[in-house]
Amino acid sequence: MSDARLSTLAVSGGFSDPVFEAQAVFRALMDVTARPGTVHTLPAGVAPPAPLGQGPGAVALALCDPDTPVWLDRDIDSESVRAWLSFQCGAPLAQGPERSAFAFVKGETMPDMADFASGTQEYPDRSTTLVVEVEALDGGAALRLEGPGIDGQRRIAPRGLPATFMTQRAANRALFPRGVDVVLVAGLCMMALPRSTVVSHVNEPEAG
Amino acid sequence: MAKAETAGGSEQGLKRLMDVLAASPGDEIDACAEALGSLPEAAPVRGPEIGLVMVRGRIGGDGAPFNLGEAAVTRATVRLASGAVGHAYALGQDRAKARLSAVLAAMWSEGARRTDIEAQVLAPLAAARAEEVSRVKREAAATRVDFFTMVRGDD
Amino acid sequence: MYVAVKGGEAAIANAHKMLADRRRGDRSLPSITVEQIVEQLALAVDRVMAEASLYAPDLAALAVKQARGDMIEAIFLLRAYRTTLPRFGASQPVETGEMIAERRVSATYKDLPGGQVLGPTFDYTHRLLDPALAGDEAVETAPARDSEGEPLTRVADILAQEDLIERAFTGDSAEMPREPSGDLTREPMEFPMARDLRLQALARGDEGFLLALGYSTQRGYGRTHPFAGEIRIGEVEVEMDVPELGFAVSLGRIRVTECQMVNQFAGSAKLPPQFTRGYGLVFGQSERKAMAMALVDRSLRAGELGEDRVAPAQDEEFVISHADNVQATGFVEHLKLPHYVDFQAELDLVRRMRAEFEVRQSRDHDTQEAAE
Repeated sequence: MSDARLSTLAVSGGFSDPVFEAQAVFRALMDVTARPGTVHTLPAGVAPPAPLGQGPGAVALALCDPDTPVWLDRDIDSESVRAWLSFQCGAPLAQGPERSAFAFVKGETMPDMADFASGTQEYPDRSTTLVVEVEALDGGAALRLEGPGIDGQRRIAPRGLPATFMTQRAANRALFPRGVDVVLVAGLCMMALPRSTVVSHVNEPEAG
Repeated sequence: MAKAETAGGSEQGLKRLMDVLAASPGDEIDACAEALGSLPEAAPVRGPEIGLVMVRGRIGGDGAPFNLGEAAVTRATVRLASGAVGHAYALGQDRAKARLSAVLAAMWSEGARRTDIEAQVLAPLAAARAEEVSRVKREAAATRVDFFTMVRGDD
Repeated sequence: MYVAVKGGEAAIANAHKMLADRRRGDRSLPSITVEQIVEQLALAVDRVMAEASLYAPDLAALAVKQARGDMIEAIFLLRAYRTTLPRFGASQPVETGEMIAERRVSATYKDLPGGQVLGPTFDYTHRLLDPALAGDEAVETAPARDSEGEPLTRVADILAQEDLIERAFTGDSAEMPREPSGDLTREPMEFPMARDLRLQALARGDEGFLLALGYSTQRGYGRTHPFAGEIRIGEVEVEMDVPELGFAVSLGRIRVTECQMVNQFAGSAKLPPQFTRGYGLVFGQSERKAMAMALVDRSLRAGELGEDRVAPAQDEEFVISHADNVQATGFVEHLKLPHYVDFQAELDLVRRMRAEFEVRQSRDHDTQEAAE
């Protein structure tokens, strides 16, 4: 609807200082990706329309543009979210999850990671970055992280991931160097689980 | 903004205004806008900013699209106190023109001064553009070849 | 061992000052303005825009001034500037059929609808240097006459009435206008390449390179039997869908040159004899480039049309990989940068081979003497 498109909602709630705010978000994303499992706080100030959260909204503004098809899960999709993303970053909507560069989903209801683009053997970078909104980055089942960017092991306990997350994660890991990268966001707190990170339950034997 | 203003019919009107503003030089828009008297306060929402638009052609002139090359474009979005939002997109790097065009588009959407804008801005600019096109067509027509046949021999 | 060498900062700074001095030239003459370049060296500006693949006359003119008239340097400057800008989106395909044409000629039909409109052409001038232009004599405005407003029918449409020309090229996916076209500024090049990507590469390709290749096809290196079906120069509207509005708006008009080559085609196992088409579309006014592009586009379709690929102009990888003059100049000109270490290694190698050669020579000489 053109009145929805023109609504004040779509044109407000973006970065007030696009260059510096986008750089701050990008820097935070780079740091959490370089050190999987560490938590960084995103700058406040972005106000996306519901049901897109403030944290995922800031990530979208920093990363998405007309070259990056975006996929929105049912629980995040709405006419005003689409209008907001379209005006604020010019990002097109992906025809399906497998054609998206970035996907925004909610933890409990997220589709299987295998539904997203995992890149090709020649171009493993042509894959989806999955931005998952979770309840909290602590208070959940304890998980152990190992891999590049982690000195030995690191423990995390995000709350609000689907029950099948670990199975999906293992299948994603088996595709390496292909696979999706995951960013977990709760409010303005963010951590990353890039495809290179091996995740296991703390009560399981050590990953091989 | 008032929702009634964005109904189908006025979409055509807004498009016509934005098309003519994009095609017109900044100083001409300035001169027309002055005739409107004082312009409302407008808060910047986005830009004015310079970027690129990939210009597409068609293969063979009538086939599938292909990317011909990019063009420099300036765009701006402003919001008036009433909440009315205006956008502007135009080829070139004229930031002041983009901002003023966005303000005029927002005023047009607001509705109250639509008749003024049509008379003081849209009409004179559209006439100037039509005159330019007509001049090019007339100059080109003067270079059209009129063939004539020379008859040789008696039979 | 690799030894890093530093130095030259003062020399570089002074070289840049010397460049600025030479660029300005005789200070008693007025500095040339960007507006003057846009108006009076318009075709130089057009070439820079076409090969930089960025339509921005003021910036192209500034680049020409900054590069002291070196076209490839100017193209390089504009390409570099382009990388600093965000992309807002892509336009709808420009409709060249609705062009406000300054020129439209056809070499195939004398009396086609709309007629032969010569426009601001160099053709039929005597190519005699004009001393009057050395001064600043008043120039009268172009004559005008009422136009009949007859639409400029495309030559392809005339031939299509008899079904004697190939239909509009829709590629492999006929009904997918929303599918984004390939973009070589976004994805790495891969061969074989689709025709949309080839046209993008040719549109920004070096005019001299394409001219030479087009010429080679006429001289027998992959003949295509071309006729200039139609050439038109003029302005087309650039329209773009603006998502926040929900409809398309015009961004203004740009000048382009279009060439439709019509090529005789004897037919193949699958296709009947008919005319095929080569296409050229270029930013600005550049008939030579558009014609050369159309010749090369047709040559590169050899595989698709079942023709033998025997000539350079038919070799897609060769043509597309070498058409870009910014890439070409970068690789050729990098040879002037310090290669001191590489050359030391090469020097050692040649000395060693020379010593071995001399040993071999004297041994052969000794053997020969002993045999005698």
